Amino acid sequence: MIKKSDVLIVGAGGAGLVAALKAKESGADVRVITKEYPTRSQTCMAQGGINAALGNVGEDSVEAHIKNTLKSAHGEADKAMVEFMCSEAIGAVEWLDKIGVCFSRTQDGKVAQRRLGGASASRACYAQDYTGLKILHTLYDRCMAEGIKIDSEKYLLELIKDDIGVRGAKILDIRSGDIEVYAAPAVILAGGGYSRIYDKNSTNSTASTGDTIAVAARAGAKLLGMEFVQFHPTALKSSSILIGESARGEGGYLLNSKGERFTNELLPRDEVSRAIDAEIKKGEDIFLDIRHLGEKFIDEGLPQERKLAKLYENVDPVYELMPIRPVAHYTMGGVEVDKNSKTNIDGLFACGECANHKVHGGNRLGGNSLLEIVVFGAEAGKNAALYAQSQDIKEFSEDIGVSTSKVLEDIKKYTNEINFYIKKEELGDIFYENVGIIRDKERLALARDKVLSMIDQLPLMGVSDTSKVYNTNLVEFLEFKNMLDVALEVVESALNRDVSCGAHYMAGN
Amino acid sequence: MKISIKREFEFIEYEVDMSDITLLEVLNEIKTKQDATLSYSSGCRSSVCGSCALRVNEVEVLACSYKVQDSDKVEPLRNVELIRDLVVNMDKAYEFNTKSKAWLEEADNVLSLTPEDEKLNELQSDCILCGSCFSACPVYAVNGEFLGPFSLTRVWRYVSDKREDGVKSKIDNIQTNGVWDCTLCDGCSVVCPQGISSKADIEKLRAKSSQFGYMDPSFASFGGGFGFDGTPSF
Repeated sequence: MIKKSDVLIVGAGGAGLVAALKAKESGADVRVITKEYPTRSQTCMAQGGINAALGNVGEDSVEAHIKNTLKSAHGEADKAMVEFMCSEAIGAVEWLDKIGVCFSRTQDGKVAQRRLGGASASRACYAQDYTGLKILHTLYDRCMAEGIKIDSEKYLLELIKDDIGVRGAKILDIRSGDIEVYAAPAVILAGGGYSRIYDKNSTNSTASTGDTIAVAARAGAKLLGMEFVQFHPTALKSSSILIGESARGEGGYLLNSKGERFTNELLPRDEVSRAIDAEIKKGEDIFLDIRHLGEKFIDEGLPQERKLAKLYENVDPVYELMPIRPVAHYTMGGVEVDKNSKTNIDGLFACGECANHKVHGGNRLGGNSLLEIVVFGAEAGKNAALYAQSQDIKEFSEDIGVSTSKVLEDIKKYTNEINFYIKKEELGDIFYENVGIIRDKERLALARDKVLSMIDQLPLMGVSDTSKVYNTNLVEFLEFKNMLDVALEVVESALNRDVSCGAHYMAGN
Repeated sequence: MKISIKREFEFIEYEVDMSDITLLEVLNEIKTKQDATLSYSSGCRSSVCGSCALRVNEVEVLACSYKVQDSDKVEPLRNVELIRDLVVNMDKAYEFNTKSKAWLEEADNVLSLTPEDEKLNELQSDCILCGSCFSACPVYAVNGEFLGPFSLTRVWRYVSDKREDGVKSKIDNIQTNGVWDCTLCDGCSVVCPQGISSKADIEKLRAKSSQFGYMDPSFASFGGGFGFDGTPSF
């Protein structure tokens, strides 16, 4: 059976759900698919906040927001896009407030704001340390109110294209193991970033495997800025669990083994990460100290962090130092889009972390990713709806319904001589070591060779689970395959950029 | 350390050389090194995505925040359709959010909210929809259409929101298979990883229902349910 809609959205995180709401509002019939469930996406992990120059706690301006964003982007952002995002920010937060997001509030009844690294003012609107969770769940509730159809546990295999442009997508229904066709004249990719190419050296959900980027590239979409990977300075050392930026924004210290501070904690993330990396290379262990902020503050502002530090590191940050290290947190690169969130393929749009709207450039500011998903999620939704309405749905070519998948047929022939889970972990460590915080040509070339050899070995890494029903072994293999494609793009882009820029730091250059 | 995991037909025992570790890490170890066919759901591993709820020794936990003990018995959630091993289909459970109309009814009433207003539903809006409460709820044994703990908490989250103008219609909507069907056993509160008490939220919704003239139908049937002016009869 072919499921038809005007607009198909792949991914049900913040970007996908905003796109769905706006496409529906623009009169389009919308379907959303996700490989998880809509409330389980990476968006729920965003803690710090969403930037908007509301000036609710001290003076701020859209101009200052633009200036801070451009500075952090190190010349790699498009000024007009940044101006658009920062100007739309105020309306974006007002809209979220209107649909019921439970933001933290100031004494005088306004949305509370706090200062994050690289910002000249308290600009990040937050909901305790659950900002992403509360935005995502409210968007989900709104989608239910609007009757938007969201199909869970559907994995994107490939885009369907004809002479005109994209025509839909081929999907693996994870539950049944069947291949399905979703036909739509406009497709919006909103499948998230690729931080998990660093495997356990990442704060991200295990689902951040860059699927929509790999699939888009295979269909001929242009990628941009793939070398820009943000390393968050403060993840718990053994588990890579994020300790949010607000811990430093509110006055936390970074200490080495001697108990000395060694950097300005409020610098942008790339600079703080490099300062920590340099200390670690000197043999120091690094700790985040928030003891002086007090139990009351920690329980109100950082409750998740306290719980997770106790669980994973057996330390209570109210009384003890938290061991930390920088790990991959956000990927600035993605599918290149224009001001209408459109890719170079007709009918194909992208938004959220999988897209590159040229607003983060070489390094994203904290609080700008939740902003991006709302502002450009809306643009993608509106423009995809507009495009779909200009297309004659009857023009679908006949063979769109073929329910076989070459990639799945190929995988069936793969032997199971090498355990790909071990290789996945290896890829993560190779990338953390060689395509990480500090890079050089030699080590990048080494990482590229390792990726190429893993791609060669894929036919020996087949899946051992033969079940048709809910085969996570198969899905994780497909994710790994996508991660290898994305990893190759990352390392090749990095090799093509000799000079340091933002998060891409070449030793000596 | 040995743990048993409910597979297709029976509990299968696995042995891992690990200690002081979360159940999710043990499941990952088994899947990646011992048995790639083991099926379970996970995501953020930091207790915020709600993917990895299951039962250990018959109590609902998140695999990512539960520290494994020797001879633990691991099973999928109850009251939902089993797909495979520890994976369940949450679609029907989540549909109760839609049936409960758990959203802001009048979406354009922008008000100034104070920190006190924020506290009214701060906890309820921490819900991660993991389904632990749903699995622990005994009402499903007798009524499969009960709106259920997380959906009713979600209704209270909006009913208690100062921005909500449509409180009456929200309350009207949860009278059947809703607030009065709960047994107030508190099983949901005990297992909630976020410390939410759906039982307490349901009691608040009952009080609100009374303000709109509704009463407990079981009580109404005792007394005959007469004497109420203009209120719905059961």
